[in-house]
Formats: sequence, C-alpha cells, structure tokens
Amino acid sequence: MIHIKQIYLDYAATTPVDPRVMQVMLPYFSETFGNPSSYHTYGQYAETALENARETVAQYLHCIPSEVIFTSCGTESDNLALRGSAIYAKKERGAKHILISPVEHHAVTHTAQQLSNFYGFDLEYLPVDGFGQTHVEDVVKRIRQDTAIVSVIYANNEIGTINPISEIGELCRSKGVIFHTDAVQAAGYLSLDVNSLHTDLISIGAHKFYGPKGIGALYIRKGLSILPAQTGGGQEFGFRAGTQNIPYIVGLAEALRIAQTEKVDRVISIKPLRDHLIGTILEEISDVQLTGHPDDRLPNHASFVFMGVDGNALLMMLDVEGFACSSGSACKTGNPEPSDVLTSLGFTHDWSLGSLRVTLGNYTTSSEIENFLAVLPNIISKLRKIR
Amino acid sequence: MSTKPVVAVAMSGGVDSSVAAAVLVEGGYSVIGMMLSLWSEQDSESTNRCCTPDSMALARRVASILSIPFYVLDARQIFFDTVVKSFIDGYTQNRTPNPCITCNKLVRWDFLLNHALAAGADYLATGHYASVSQKSKHTFQLSRGLDPTKDQSYVLHILPQPILKHALFPLGRFTKHEVREMAHKFSLPVADRPDSQDLCFIGSDGDYRHFLTRYAPQTQNPGLIMDQHGQILGTHQGLPFYTIGQRKGLYISSTVPLYVLAKDILRNVLIVGTRDESGCDHLVTDHVNWIEGFPPASKFNASVKIRYNAHDVPGVVSVIGKNSFRVEFENLVSDITPGQAAVLYNSDICLGGGIISSNDQ
Repeated sequence: MIHIKQIYLDYAATTPVDPRVMQVMLPYFSETFGNPSSYHTYGQYAETALENARETVAQYLHCIPSEVIFTSCGTESDNLALRGSAIYAKKERGAKHILISPVEHHAVTHTAQQLSNFYGFDLEYLPVDGFGQTHVEDVVKRIRQDTAIVSVIYANNEIGTINPISEIGELCRSKGVIFHTDAVQAAGYLSLDVNSLHTDLISIGAHKFYGPKGIGALYIRKGLSILPAQTGGGQEFGFRAGTQNIPYIVGLAEALRIAQTEKVDRVISIKPLRDHLIGTILEEISDVQLTGHPDDRLPNHASFVFMGVDGNALLMMLDVEGFACSSGSACKTGNPEPSDVLTSLGFTHDWSLGSLRVTLGNYTTSSEIENFLAVLPNIISKLRKIR
Repeated sequence: MSTKPVVAVAMSGGVDSSVAAAVLVEGGYSVIGMMLSLWSEQDSESTNRCCTPDSMALARRVASILSIPFYVLDARQIFFDTVVKSFIDGYTQNRTPNPCITCNKLVRWDFLLNHALAAGADYLATGHYASVSQKSKHTFQLSRGLDPTKDQSYVLHILPQPILKHALFPLGRFTKHEVREMAHKFSLPVADRPDSQDLCFIGSDGDYRHFLTRYAPQTQNPGLIMDQHGQILGTHQGLPFYTIGQRKGLYISSTVPLYVLAKDILRNVLIVGTRDESGCDHLVTDHVNWIEGFPPASKFNASVKIRYNAHDVPGVVSVIGKNSFRVEFENLVSDITPGQAAVLYNSDICLGGGIISSNDQ
C-alpha cells in the first residue's frame, strides 16, 4: 500500500517541466553559456537568447519587451512590485496607503505587512464576498489620493477564485494609482493581456505552467518608477541587478508560449474532469462545501472544506493511498492554523481546518479522478470517526 | 500490492525513535513515519521541545534516509486538553503527576494509534525500551526492556490488551549503547543527540514550578513547614512546589538533612523529617490497568516500582475492587508519592499498575 504509484493532484503547488521546455533550455547550460552583458560573441549569443525570451513574454502580455524583467520567482516579482513601487511613491508624492485584498498570496500580504510595520505605510484590506472575490465598488470606496498601490490577486491559489482585474485596473488607472496583480496561478490558464487588464505590474512564476522553478517575471508598465530591490550591474533595465539566468529565462518563455497557445485545448480536457470531481464530492459526501467561486474559478482548481476533519490527517491518508493533494497552502510543519483566506471568507474553525485542494493538470486522466473519488468518501468518514 | 505488515512509527527526531524506525525497515516491514506536533508554552521556542522545527527537520531527514513516508499530525489541542491540563490539575490537587503516562495513554496510544490504524497501519511502534510478546492467541504480554537503566515499561503499564496487540517496541531487546551504535551504523544524523526531557512542554527554563506559577497562580499559597511533632521549622511557597522526598530548596537550617515527608492539605502544612522518618509500609492506588485485563490473583507477591527511576521493592498486592489495589511492603519504603504510578512486575513481566492515591490510610 505504501509503494503504490503516486497520483499527482497538486498542480497549483507546482508542475513538472514540460519536456519541450527542458529541451530548449539544455544548450544554455554548457554550450551557449556566455554572460549576456559580455562584449564578445559568447555574450552576444546569450544576449540574443535573453532578448528573444523577453520578446516572447512581451508578445503574450501584449506589451513592449522593455516592460518585462526577469526575476527569480513569482514571490520575488510580488516583493519587487509592492516594495519597489510603494517606497518610491512615498518618496515622490508622499503616498502612504496600501490597499490589498485579504486573500492575497503571502508574498504580497507579508510584504505589505512589512511595509506597514517598518516603513510607516497604512495597510488596508479590501472586503471580499463569500467566494473570496473582490468587487470594484469596494475599491472605489477605499481608494485614496495618497494610495501608493493597490494589489489584487488575479486567481487565488487556495480557492481558485478569479477576480475582476480588468475593472479594478480601469478604476485605478482613472485615479492615477498603481495597480499590481499576482498572476502566478492565472498565467497557465487566463489572458495576460496588459491592455485589457489595465494593470501596471503583473507577477508570474514559470513553475506553475510547466516551466522550471526558480524563475519568474515582472511586467512593469513603461514610465513607472520603482525602487530596485537588488542593485549592482544594472541588468534588467536597472530594476533587478545580477547576471541573468539564461537557461531558466529561455525555459520560462517557452513554457509561457506553450501555456498560452495551448490553453484552450487544455481547458477543454481538464475542466470537465474538474467539474465531475466537484459534482461527485458535493453529492456523495455530507457536510462538505466548495470553497471559492463556483464559476469564476481556475478551470483546473477544486477546493473544499469538510466539517470536523483534520486537514493534515486527510492529506496523510490520501498520500498513503497514493494521492498527492494539498490543504490550500503548503504546511509541512503539522501546525495548521486556520488559513487566512478561509477565515476571511467567514468559515468557522471547525470547517476551515478541514480544507482540501485538488488541482488538475496536463497529465491528469479521467481514471485518476475516478480512483480518487473512489477513496475520498471512505477516508473522510474514517477521519470523522476518530475525531 | 505488498503483503508486508504496515507499521506506523512515532518519530521525534531523537535517537531512539529514529533507530526504532530503522530496525523496522531492516526487518522488512512497510514503515510510515509519523510525528506529533505537541503543545508547548510560548516562549523562545514556539513549539514543544520534542517537536521543535529542528527535531522535525531531523525526523524528516531520518525518514528520507530510510526512504519512508513521513507525516506530521497536529496534536496540540488534544495534548493540551489531556496532558497539560491533568499536569496542572494534578499539582493543584497536591499530587505529583507523571505527564508521560498521560501522554502515552491519551495521546500516543489513542490519538496517534487511531490515525495510524485509519491510515492502514497494522501496528504502531515507538522507541520505548520495553517488549511486547504474544502469550497466547488472545493475550499479549508487556515486559521490561533489556537495558535495565533504560527500561520504560513503567510509563506503558496503562496499555490494555486491545492496544497491546497493535504495539511494537523494536528497541526492547537492545541496550542504549547498542542503539547509539546502530544509529551510527545506519548513518542517522541523530546518533549523538542527547536524550529527550520528560517535561517537554515547559518553557525554556525547564522548571515546573515556574510553569505552575504562570498557569496555575493559585498554587502559590504559602504556609508553614513543620516536623512530625508539630514544631514549626519554616515557611513554604505553596504545597504543589514540593515533592515527596525532596531535600534541596527547603531553606531550613537543621543539623541533619530533612526531607519532605507529606503534605497536610487541610492545614496547608508541609511535613518534613529525617530519612529514618520518611518510610511508609504501604500504598493505595486508583486508575488501575491490569495488562492481561484482570489481576493474577486477589492477593499476590510482586516487585513494585513506585517511580520511573526507583528500584523495585518487594510487596504484597491486595486487589480492592475493579479499579484499585493496595501494596504492603516488608520494609519501609521512602518517597511514595501520590500522583506517581505504582507498577507491578513478576520478574521482567509487567502485570499492570495504578496511580498512587495515598500512602496514609
């Protein structure tokens, strides 16, 4: 029972690298290994790869290449976006108000909290509805003249809910306030067109869409001033110093190209499986609720809370049965606190500790989902008995 | 599909439980590592000393060296509600509780065992120095560990038959020295870690008296210290802060060493005396567990252990009803302490035990 084949249903945590992506990365480790800042041919080859990658990313964001900078991950992009623009806006125009949704990834929340605790910013949380969705009217009520930045997650990692980024972006634009969105989860499935999204800053990370870990990108609208977090040789237009990681940048661009060109086909194959999963669980298990929006949600994402179930024990039992899932946010320590996201949605302790996130991906098959649905009800009833 | 028995092993990141896991893997079992996250006082370390992030990382590394899955379960609430609460209650009622016994009874061999069984395990194993063996088809026996200095059957005397049949103690046949050698042999990164502490949930100062002051301030209730004849010798801070047999920390001047003999709860007086005066010839228990489900006889001779670290003393046990027994000792025995367990043995076989309710009836 322990050495059975593991079935991976945690694609929101990370994805395997697409073999096509790996292939295009390989030459940049030992053959075309130059430093893109070097003057010679080696450097020029590396620089070509870098700029081609930037151009590819820009193409899918509908922006100009110089608006794309490469970072080490989605978290770094979020950090740079928030800290960089908030500190700059404070110095330039005395802005000291930060407005974020309460269901942001910790990369945003903890950065905003640090700005509030150590840099004198006034941090305010937007309300969300029971699905974790932010509404533009609530932004209207709270946005101020001295708002430095508004940040609302494009699609939430824990509950999959998609936010009306375009409307919020349009509002912020009309008020002249910088708007950032964390699109780390969204990049594999949703449009990243910065013109229709009306965003000033967008964060993405490659490993959520079949690219390698350790590489991300940040879109910075032309003309926007942000304080660099890393200073040095002036790479990435001065926004992020340090020699660029060419193989990974090439990998990110190829992964984004594949994700964005194949996303329609991908949704066609994954979404029916996901819908079947949600429908069956809600039908066959008692005291369960879907968390997040029933319709405005990532097509590969299912998330639930089970009343009176210990989420950690649930993950253990599933793993022993061969299913790799998550409780929403990775917590290995065994000290699950009720998640901030579920708490802000109004779930009581008894519900929110029993959270489960099942996220599908390119390699998920219908028989895997059937097998999963065959064991879950039994595991839930076992756990309810021993509590 | 494997037919090997599945064993969940309770891991703490210490040398004993790590070697226990390794022995099971080597023995051909299908092994699952499980660790409990336990409550502890919030101070410099945010988790119980048995499960600091450091211990957890070590346990995780051991699991990965042994190629076994590893899971952490959140037992903070149940640990607080059972172990910590009964520790506080015990002291408030002027007993000296043994939290390891409570933990084994209500956390390890209940909460954890139930999760292990639910996850499909046939057995739960721990790194205790004790042995369990099958005496007959439906009867399991608990025996002392081979290493006399490490034997932990004392804290396991609470295990009833339905639990013993799921219990494995892989270290029972080894000495501590051999266990450390095995840790080196298996290249486990825990080989030289110091032994764990009993009061794992108490803040970094490790002093249960400070803990009581913080969690049960009513225990601070000064009174008089007297000898057995009623002569006043000094003052005490509150009866719970003293343990029967304690010599240090009484702050009374005397030509001969004085020991805590008893607590007069009604008068809030701490009774002290010389070593000669400290003995008692009997004890009475409650909360009794008989390993085989029933006592060997209504009256029988046994070897009696009155504390985890005490030497056995011979005694005659009389069963009083379902949940109690009385022990008469041939010679006077010092340090009989209400709240501690009296555990009965026939040679190396544990017969059962109970919690000492009094020594003054």
